[in-house]
Amino acid sequence: MTRWMVAALVIALAVVAPAAASEQNPTLPELERELICPTCHESLAASTSPIADRMRAFIRSRIAAGDTKSEIKAKLVDQFGESVLAAPPKSGFNLLAWVLPLAGVALAAGIVAVLAYRWSRSRKPEEAAGPSANGRFHLDPELERRLDEELARYDT
Amino acid sequence: MPGRLKIVLQVAAVSVVALLLALLGWQVFQKDKKPDLGRAAPLFTLPHLGSDEELSLASLRGKVVVLNFWASWCNPCKGEAPLLESAWNRYKDEGVVVVGVDAQDFDVDAQRFVDNAGITYPVVRDRHGSTLGHYGVTGFPETWFIDARGRLVGEHVVGPLTEEDLERNIKIALGEPA
Repeated sequence: MTRWMVAALVIALAVVAPAAASEQNPTLPELERELICPTCHESLAASTSPIADRMRAFIRSRIAAGDTKSEIKAKLVDQFGESVLAAPPKSGFNLLAWVLPLAGVALAAGIVAVLAYRWSRSRKPEEAAGPSANGRFHLDPELERRLDEELARYDT
Repeated sequence: MPGRLKIVLQVAAVSVVALLLALLGWQVFQKDKKPDLGRAAPLFTLPHLGSDEELSLASLRGKVVVLNFWASWCNPCKGEAPLLESAWNRYKDEGVVVVGVDAQDFDVDAQRFVDNAGITYPVVRDRHGSTLGHYGVTGFPETWFIDARGRLVGEHVVGPLTEEDLERNIKIALGEPA
């Protein structure tokens, strides 16, 4: 049990520590990936527009001034609105954009699971039974009749 | 699953997909759709650059408005700013107001632009770009002319204005022979 708890703690630290470091000491490339150019609506990393160059200069200056990632993003949102963010903030109405896809995936998985369960339960007993005691598979009666006819014709 | 319930669920699923597609189509169609000349100019209320005081387009009813969309990083905007300032000084006593709408810009850059160009006409800041879609603005600079009744008149000038563009369209908005 203790071993599992230590493993969980190590994994949690492995996930949280880089995120905390990124928040405190953001880099230009990671912020470029998380922001959108307001004129061309491309990722800031891909945009070559004049305002994208100006935004990059602003980000560099704020990083040099010691701003956190959240502070830099907040300043850009203040200037350009939330559309400058590549992903909507996880608060208020925008939280729906994060929750709905997960809820949709969970709902779809649930529906698939229920349908699969019902399908497996509704199979005909002979289909589900597999080979009979003598090792032969049960055939559809019509198929069995045709097979008997063919064999009889072959025997004659 | 009972047959009726299955059909209801299928109809509901198809309806949701159709609704989402219709919303997408509407959004694509509406985006950057230009307003028609002769129709009422879309109203807005925006803060003045460098101030919390707001300017409402509705408050300018009864005046001719030259509505110029610009940004500090736009080179052609630098060229037309003196023309707009000159027109503002020439026509303000005749009930003409030049209004600059700065968008997709940093406050500090916009203020520097205004100071360097010696602009004295009102300039508002559209931080979220909310007016751009309503006026079908796809780049900078772009200029609309609004008559005293609040209707869009003359030409929608896409790109830098010339002296002739300004004179002609201000006269149209004033109801004078161009």
